[in-house]
Amino acid sequence: MSDMQDNGHHHDHDHAHGHRHPFQPDLEDGDYSYYQVMTEAVIELLVGKKVITAEELRSTIEVIDSKSPVFGARLIARAWVDPAFKARMLEDVISAAGELGIDAGAIPIRAVENTTAVHNVIVCTLCSCYPRSLIGLPPDWYKARAYRSRVVREPRAVLKEFGTQIPVDVEVRVHDSTADLRYMVLPARPSGTGDLDEEALADLVTRDCMIGTALPKSA
Amino acid sequence: MSPRFPIGARVSVTRAFPPGHVRTPFFVRGKTGIVTDIVGDFPNPEELAYGRDGLPARTLFRVTFLQCDLWPDYEGSAEDTTVVDIYEHWLQDAETLSQTAETGAREHV
Amino acid sequence: MRRHHDMGGLDAGPVVQNEHDFAPWEKRVDAVLRLLSGPERRLITVDELRRGIEDLGPGAYDEMSYYERWIASITNNLIEKGVLNIDELGLKMADVEARWDADRAAKNETQNEGVK
Repeated sequence: MSDMQDNGHHHDHDHAHGHRHPFQPDLEDGDYSYYQVMTEAVIELLVGKKVITAEELRSTIEVIDSKSPVFGARLIARAWVDPAFKARMLEDVISAAGELGIDAGAIPIRAVENTTAVHNVIVCTLCSCYPRSLIGLPPDWYKARAYRSRVVREPRAVLKEFGTQIPVDVEVRVHDSTADLRYMVLPARPSGTGDLDEEALADLVTRDCMIGTALPKSA
Repeated sequence: MSPRFPIGARVSVTRAFPPGHVRTPFFVRGKTGIVTDIVGDFPNPEELAYGRDGLPARTLFRVTFLQCDLWPDYEGSAEDTTVVDIYEHWLQDAETLSQTAETGAREHV
Repeated sequence: MRRHHDMGGLDAGPVVQNEHDFAPWEKRVDAVLRLLSGPERRLITVDELRRGIEDLGPGAYDEMSYYERWIASITNNLIEKGVLNIDELGLKMADVEARWDADRAAKNETQNEGVK
């Protein structure tokens, strides 16, 4: 690490000559925050020290932007039409995703299957663990105090706030992800969807279906 | 190396409250559940958090708790559960719970 | 005994189902963490990020936004590891702020000219 400490200084003033930066805060949106300034300063220092490059930063943001619930939905639609695939997915989500050409990252992911007897819902009570590689960035509420505090203690009440009522004879199973494992819910295929193709089935699967706060809408 | 607990084992979470970075949620400490999955071995996150290598790796278990064992006033189905990922060093064979919990409570509370 | 981030089971109000599109600077924070924790560098572990967020203290969850907590923790970790020092960081932040203020002033001037 010492080589990183030594080569930063002569880069410090590269940006003082008025050339345009790739990033400007949305100045018309009012004041920028202390932490936005910190973010920009840290990035410029890391680039100046050659710890990271601007190109790596740009391409990493592209990767972040490319992740969306579409990937998880494709996996689920395939599982609905292909029982053998579903079995492989329940065994190993990352390799099943690979079969569809989807990069699900390196952190292990468990698919938890909704059945007539069990409804699954996921949370991270300690921070915000989330299957980002298959669903994208988590929504604000998933990371916020109310959901994280309450869903382990009164899951049925929380689900009801999302408009999801689970019959009392169905077990509600909450999965609290704490560090090295991620979860995604594999919802049950809705009735009345027998004549839909895989693509149309995928359209029924929303992000919240894969968190477990919603159920796929019937076609 | 075979895991310390087989699937189906009744395990209790250590009732301990150390400071620092802990990956076992407060609400399961001192509670008893069933091992329902063995995820694998990972560097210990409670060591990684301080810049160390986290070795030896620890086995991560998924432990299923009945909601009514976690929350005395639980409203819902008696079958409802919560599954929590817990590292082996936080788990004990449920049969040894009573002694250890008492010792733990004296030391840490 | 219970740390503030360890909130499973506590009382809280209804889940407010709002969400926002992530701002460019928020994605940059996310990307920086990915790069620093990735296999090429392993400069910061996700566990160190989490520890740093927890150590921001009980007020941080309510006073700071999600990515504000991230950049604060990333920065503290980089200082602890000697990747950044406080002196250069302070100067760089002042530099960024001065530049943005100048950009804003220039922009306002252009807009005023447009109005005339």
